[in-house]
Amino acid sequence: MDFAFSEEELGFRREVEVFAREELPADWDDRALYWPAGYGTMSNFEAEFKPFCDQFMRKMGKRGWLSIGWPVEYGGMRSMMKQAILDDVLTYYRAPSGEVSTIIGGHTIIGVGSDEMKRKWLPRIAAGEVRFWLGYSEPNAGSDLSSIKTSAVDRGDEFVVNGQKIWSSAAHIADYAWLLAKTDPNASKHAGATLMLVDNRSPGITIRPIINICGIHSFNEVFFDDVRVPKENVVGGINQGFYCVMLALQYERIFVGAGTFRRVLEELIQYVKENVGERIAPCDSGGIKRKLAELATEIEVLYGYYWRTAWMMDQGLIPEIESSILKLFATELSRTLASTAMDILGPYGPLERGARWAPLKGRISLGYLDAVSGPIGAGTSEVQRGIIATRGLGLPRR
Amino acid sequence: MDFNLSREQRMLRDAANDFLANECPKARVREIEKSADGHDRALWEKMGELGWMGLIVPEAYGGSGGGFLDLVVLLETMGYHLCPSPYFATVLLGSVPILACGSEARKEALLPELAAAKRIATLALTETGGGIEAEAIRVPGRIRGSGFEIDGVKLFVSYAHVADVLLCAVRTDESAVPEMGVTLFLVERDQPGISIGPMKSLGDERPCEVAFSGVRVTEGEIVGGFNRGWPIVESVLGKASVALGAQMIGGAQAVVDMALQYAKERTQFGHPIGSFQSIQHYFADMWADILGSRDLLYRAAWKITENLPAAGDVAMARARAGKTYRRVTTLGHQIFGAIGFTEEHDMHLYHRRSIAMDLALGGAECSYRSIANGLFDEAGA
Repeated sequence: MDFAFSEEELGFRREVEVFAREELPADWDDRALYWPAGYGTMSNFEAEFKPFCDQFMRKMGKRGWLSIGWPVEYGGMRSMMKQAILDDVLTYYRAPSGEVSTIIGGHTIIGVGSDEMKRKWLPRIAAGEVRFWLGYSEPNAGSDLSSIKTSAVDRGDEFVVNGQKIWSSAAHIADYAWLLAKTDPNASKHAGATLMLVDNRSPGITIRPIINICGIHSFNEVFFDDVRVPKENVVGGINQGFYCVMLALQYERIFVGAGTFRRVLEELIQYVKENVGERIAPCDSGGIKRKLAELATEIEVLYGYYWRTAWMMDQGLIPEIESSILKLFATELSRTLASTAMDILGPYGPLERGARWAPLKGRISLGYLDAVSGPIGAGTSEVQRGIIATRGLGLPRR
Repeated sequence: MDFNLSREQRMLRDAANDFLANECPKARVREIEKSADGHDRALWEKMGELGWMGLIVPEAYGGSGGGFLDLVVLLETMGYHLCPSPYFATVLLGSVPILACGSEARKEALLPELAAAKRIATLALTETGGGIEAEAIRVPGRIRGSGFEIDGVKLFVSYAHVADVLLCAVRTDESAVPEMGVTLFLVERDQPGISIGPMKSLGDERPCEVAFSGVRVTEGEIVGGFNRGWPIVESVLGKASVALGAQMIGGAQAVVDMALQYAKERTQFGHPIGSFQSIQHYFADMWADILGSRDLLYRAAWKITENLPAAGDVAMARARAGKTYRRVTTLGHQIFGAIGFTEEHDMHLYHRRSIAMDLALGGAECSYRSIANGLFDEAGA
């Protein structure tokens, strides 16, 4: 066993640190709201931050950081450890990091895309020139993704798509839908779907905002009305969609905002130091420090899962249990972190961003709301537990 | 990074698994537990023949010179099989301090005997206050003539009743800061003035009350220097905490393995209970709990092995392992239902140990306190 980072990894971490400090604007820390493992406060899901995020991603692209986990033959560094380090450092600064295009798009196209598709899309994705939104969920297909109804009908050179997607994060600011649609209505439940890229500018697409619990426009509902999609945009085989969707899950689950957990813990420790005898009664400080010690321990557990999952992928192993545990644990810890932070802040906790007396820039009250989303989005806690128990531990499905 | 055990460590684990499955099945565990001493000489000697007591003792003193990480691998396996023995006492509480700070003569005299399972050692540390901070050490070693005299009561001394030698932490300077006034004496158990009685615990560590009444010791019995005992105790507690954690993780894994098998076989409502979501989710939580705590534990062990600063990692690993063991046995009971509530079923062997071990050596709360101190001092520097 060896828990040390290599010299190269340590050097890379320093490089990312410098990049983050140089490239983030001076007022970034006042504006960025990201709560770890939440889906409602990510800057790259918001129109307000789009010009900055686009520029930031292109700069990352120039350094090869958007394709860092890809195989070397596709311009990557084939290092999920570096991917994990990158995301750890960037999320510490609440900076934008992963993208649907680079994480899910890139890895899936490499896995199942045609040569032509690889040539056309991978360089643009790696350069940060194109952004996707994830078109999976529908009003009646949440955890049960196999129930999707959106249809894509084969018309020779193209598919014609009709239906509705929902909880579509960043659909209003992305360029393409990464769309899962039913292409064989007669197929069994877990078959007959196809993955395809749909240009957001196509006629027949209507995007309606959904304002999330934090009051932020991060996600949308999207309607498809006779939308024509050229067949060259199909990702992987026709009717192989559910399989293709599974491929990228392990890569996606690394993005848990690891660094922001550390950051919030540091901010809370600093707050307690400054406030014992002020907002915190001295008689309460022992109990509060005990809570922080437990949070610090749980954050180290999170990092254990985090590095283990990344390491396994670099070893060519598929971290099926581990990546589900990482996602499950991170999002539930996100909720615990928010709840514990609220207990520490007491009556000041619920004060909202912008309020004069709101502590820690009002990020805790916002985080308490956003923390609801982590255990629900991208496969609920219940779905993850089911995966661990059945696929991981071999328990019978019925 | 490398999360894999080395080839040698895997061999050690597999060999220990085979040995304990054959020599220490649950029926034997129960017999040993019910015996007056809680100690099986024959099993102990066989463990000695396998070189377990000498695993971390250098070859020069009759051991095999393994690293601390190797020991953790073995202890996790022992925890899995619940092997009742004075192993923890002899190796972690006896050999470790002698190795760290004993004189050359002492090492040559004692370590080969401990490594060969010929003698048993333990540590008399805790007192009636129950704490493991330096200020909790109050039993005095007063200067009498050319030597010292120890008077007082030590509690929770693991396996003292079968030990040949006791390392005893006593207060030798009342006026110094607490950390600078503790001395460690190596005392023969059958020395006049020592009386030992069992404390009876839910766990298997066989805690004893050891009363010292005018026990005479000399300068020659000091380990690590006069008033220089506390740093040794601290370093012993670090390693012992990780070792305790390893046994707890092993035990927790055994509970999950037992329960998994049961959940796949036991049928209710016409289906195996393992097909029910509520049961599946317990398993997911137990599995995640163990994986996370085990990684913390091995990282702490690795840091100790590499001589890196490890206090924070040790405290986290120890606190988390205890919580995990308790949570896992609680959920394990829920899965086994009424049968697990019986004397006949093996669950209670784990359930009893989980609580006793979590509260041993200062308990998880002491670890959380030390983590908090680290967070607040460090960030202030």
